[in-house]
Amino acid sequence: MADKIHLKMTVNGQPVETLAEPRELLIHVLRERLDITGPHIGCETTHCGACTVDLDGKSVKSCTVFAAQADGAEITTVEGIGSPDKLHVLQEMFREHHGLQCGFCTPGMITRAWRLLQENPTPSEEEIRFGMAGNLCRCTGYQNIVKAIMAAATEMNAAKEAAE
Amino acid sequence: MIPAAFEYHRPSELSAVIALLSEHGDEARVVAGGHSLIPMMKLRMAALDHLIDLRDIAELRGIEVGATIRIGAMTTQHELLTHAGLAEAAPILAEAARQIADPQVRYLGTLGGNVANGDPGNDMPGLMQCLDARFTLTGPDGTREVAARDFYEAAYMTAREDDEILVAITFPRPGAGHAYEKQKRKIGDYATAAAAVQLEAADSKVSAASIAMTNLSDVPVWSAAAGAALVGSACGTPAVEAAVAAMLADIDPVEDSRGPVEFKKHVAATVLRRAIARAWSRV
Ligand SMILES: Cc1cc2nc3c(=O)[nH]c(=O)nc-3n(C[C@H](O)[C@H](O)[C@H](O)COP(=O)(O)OP(=O)(O)OC[C@H]3O[C@@H](n4cnc5c(N)ncnc54)[C@H](O)[C@@H]3O)c2cc1C
Ligand code: FES
Ligand code: FES
Repeated sequence: MADKIHLKMTVNGQPVETLAEPRELLIHVLRERLDITGPHIGCETTHCGACTVDLDGKSVKSCTVFAAQADGAEITTVEGIGSPDKLHVLQEMFREHHGLQCGFCTPGMITRAWRLLQENPTPSEEEIRFGMAGNLCRCTGYQNIVKAIMAAATEMNAAKEAAE
Repeated sequence: MIPAAFEYHRPSELSAVIALLSEHGDEARVVAGGHSLIPMMKLRMAALDHLIDLRDIAELRGIEVGATIRIGAMTTQHELLTHAGLAEAAPILAEAARQIADPQVRYLGTLGGNVANGDPGNDMPGLMQCLDARFTLTGPDGTREVAARDFYEAAYMTAREDDEILVAITFPRPGAGHAYEKQKRKIGDYATAAAAVQLEAADSKVSAASIAMTNLSDVPVWSAAAGAALVGSACGTPAVEAAVAAMLADIDPVEDSRGPVEFKKHVAATVLRRAIARAWSRV
């Protein structure tokens, strides 16, 4: 068996260090070694997007990245986007527009939408559907997820304008 | 779904990668975006003792747009979609990249990994044959070029030697008449059939045509006869049907979960007709 290696990364703004075997997937290191359980394991086969995290400015499926590949990286998970007493606008809008039912897909949805709105602050409905195509939801039928992201974009743009 | 144990290497020089490949032979593999290789390792269909990460090799990056277009092997599909110069010079690349997998896969999946992989389901190999691309390979004995049209031997078998690295892909700047048309069952699925078409026109007639098909044989199929059937025509029905017939004679689909052979031929004909019509509308 290969020796464990020493990994350093920044997770939600905090520097973290851990030992892990090279074959350990990022999702397992986040959940099992760092106790960051926001990103979920849905399929473990690169299809559902429940494990989505933000890695150096990209939305990635952390079940298909070795933690070793993320050595030195900056990672944001849903825990770094909002907190129970200070929800992010996206989280507020998912609640308001019923963008979730069981909630299993939601951390991945929020984390992906967070990056999408940074790349494209004024997406059309079609652009949201294209940009969210890597995240599956078995409950909502997507309609309310799209609505929630549209509403979050509008809110965020209004807040930006007000601040200017 | 945890792969077997391996040792992880992340060199910062191409020469170090080649030295590791020479030292460990077929017990070593390089990883680019990992979105073909890691799923195979998780399924334990790919076994290796040494994984060599290419992410820190600067020579494998960068896009140069001129009369010749050069794309570093580590360029991601996301970068192909968002590069402004490329969107203007070779829009077929973004049109194809949009139809590969989903955003998360495209952020990491690379052009080099897609063409080196050798999976008949990959979209970029057929497209590279359509564009008459050349692959630059560097190994212990130096650097050589192989034409995309000569690169694919069988499923997962290519002209690349085990100790060679694909460094870059180059092709002449294509004309405006392009289309990449793909039929798939759902987002994240590989093609049932896909067609890459580039057309050039003079005096309202096709002066040059290049046609390649994906996932309809164990290698991508560049159909010289299909292209030739369009030359001299104005892409009317007889010429298009001649091109479709020539293409059907060159492909060799097999029955699988995407459908029986007859269905695949039907889909192949349909995507090719659509791609020709769209490419012709853009020349
Ligand atoms: C859910 C899902 C859906 C997908 N759908 C599609 C699709 O519709 N169409 C499509 O084309 N692809 C699809 N893919 C595959 C995806 O595009 C891959 O990213 C791509 O095939 C391989 O690129 P990579 O950078 O991830 O390569 P890796 O997985 O890192 O490598 C693939 C192979 O190429 C070798 N290799 C990589 N780079 C080099 C190099 N520079 N020199 C020599 N050898 C190298 C590796 O050793 C390995 O054997 C899908 C993947 C997933 C997970
Ligand atoms: S758990 Fe990673 S994509 Fe489903
Ligand atoms: S809310 Fe249940 S999977 Fe999306």
